[in-house]
Amino acid sequence: MSALLQTTGLEAGYGGVQVLWGVDLDVQENETVVLLGPNGAGKTTLLKCLMGLLPTRGGSIQFRGQDISRLPSRARVRLGLSYMSELAVFSDLTVDENIDLGALFVDRAIARRRRDELYALFPILLEKKRQAAGGLSGGQRKMLGVAKALAAEPKLLVMDEPSAGLSPLLVSTVIKSLAQCRSGGLSLLIAEQNVKFLELGDRVFTMEGGRIAFGGTPAAIQADDGLRRAYFGLGV
Amino acid sequence: MHRLFLRDIGTVVLPLAVLFAVLPYFYDNGLLLLNFVVFLVLAQGLNLTYGFSGYLPFGYVGFFGAGAYGFSMMMTLASAPPLLAVLGGGVAALLVGLLLTPLLRLQGAYFGLASLAASEALLHLIGNPSLQDLTGGPYGVRLNTPYAPQSTYVLAIVILVLTMGLVAWLRHSRFGLQLQAARDNSLAASMAGIDIVFGRLVVWLASAVAAGLIGAVFAWRASTFFPDAVFDINFSIFAIVFTLFGGAGTLLGPVLGVMLLYGLYNAIGVSAPQYFQLGFGLLIVVLVLFFPEGLAAIPRRWARHG
Repeated sequence: MSALLQTTGLEAGYGGVQVLWGVDLDVQENETVVLLGPNGAGKTTLLKCLMGLLPTRGGSIQFRGQDISRLPSRARVRLGLSYMSELAVFSDLTVDENIDLGALFVDRAIARRRRDELYALFPILLEKKRQAAGGLSGGQRKMLGVAKALAAEPKLLVMDEPSAGLSPLLVSTVIKSLAQCRSGGLSLLIAEQNVKFLELGDRVFTMEGGRIAFGGTPAAIQADDGLRRAYFGLGV
Repeated sequence: MHRLFLRDIGTVVLPLAVLFAVLPYFYDNGLLLLNFVVFLVLAQGLNLTYGFSGYLPFGYVGFFGAGAYGFSMMMTLASAPPLLAVLGGGVAALLVGLLLTPLLRLQGAYFGLASLAASEALLHLIGNPSLQDLTGGPYGVRLNTPYAPQSTYVLAIVILVLTMGLVAWLRHSRFGLQLQAARDNSLAASMAGIDIVFGRLVVWLASAVAAGLIGAVFAWRASTFFPDAVFDINFSIFAIVFTLFGGAGTLLGPVLGVMLLYGLYNAIGVSAPQYFQLGFGLLIVVLVLFFPEGLAAIPRRWARHG
């Protein structure tokens, strides 16, 4: 069976600096993959390549059996690849309008039903649905980012550091709501530094210096002394 | 058609057109009335590109001049009927717009300055003495068109209705919503699957055609003009100031801007230019300081802080 998303030998960089040195990563249907790595490992660069925000220099990106590495962002989004970032919300528009824009290319009747589901998933957004997104708190903006991305009815939701800038309590809330999304038959690819997200993952990849350093189950990463030291900060 | 679109047409566009259609019966300075309509079209045409894509072309007058010369050359070289020549003016501006699409890769002030340079280049190309047989060169254009103040005026109102109709449609259609989204946050828009480049191109070309058509009408009415007269940077500046003053991206804003500021200009700008410039300058300073989104944003602000 072919993977939902598969990158092979992916290379990319900015100007004279190469950041990704042949990344091989895959996400299967109904699977949650957590991508761990320190700052500067290339996680964000990898996600930008997946979304078409940065051109690739080599290798391929297969999504639903099609090479998407030359497609513009909008075509990837319409294929079912959705990107969550709090930067990707419209601050001047209301919560309602943001979700509507997320569902721009979804059948209207489905989009309306979907919106009710999303409000059930994030009740706090329902309370604020007529407020401008710019006035939301950091955690609420994240929720809106997720809701807007989910409104597009994606096959795979890609997230860049959903925990960044959130208090530990809010991180737990975000993890809980993501766990709920996952049960709806959605695949997730989450780039994170926060190891709490490991509990969500079916599989984990770690990145170092622009390469995949490790790939396996969360249990395997716990079992590996070196990795445990690097990511959990525990003495051996 | 969308209910809000029809509301805008019924409450703003048509009343304005009717107002200008009946004004000649009460006020006999036809040239001044035509100039009002010309600036309304220029302000709304600029509004198409600035209000809906965020690109501010300082060289907007280039399309106006291209339209004026497109019209004149159709008349002198091809002896076309005037109405067809007006369309030719629109096509000339469209071609210039297409030629300048690479400018849309630039951003902010760079785009503004590049478009200004492009309009200057077009002026010097058209005004070149070696092109005298084609364009009249620096000696200008002298047309033998029938002097038709009524036809030109009615035509100008029709162009105004079309331009404002397009602005109203963009404000309420799905396509316009996508454009406004892309203007506010292009990352978020592309992540919503929106084709940003296509939308920008459409408003850029529509804006060019609006200026070209009204430039053609202006040339028809003037019938004799020098290149400097139709490539005058003041057309760009006035259109920009009127639009920003009233509120870009709105339908009513540019109308208010033209009525107030161009009205002020004609009331005292000609007889007492020093007071006009003082008043004009003060108004703009106050506006930029206290109402950066333009007059049309004031009621919205009050509603928000209510």
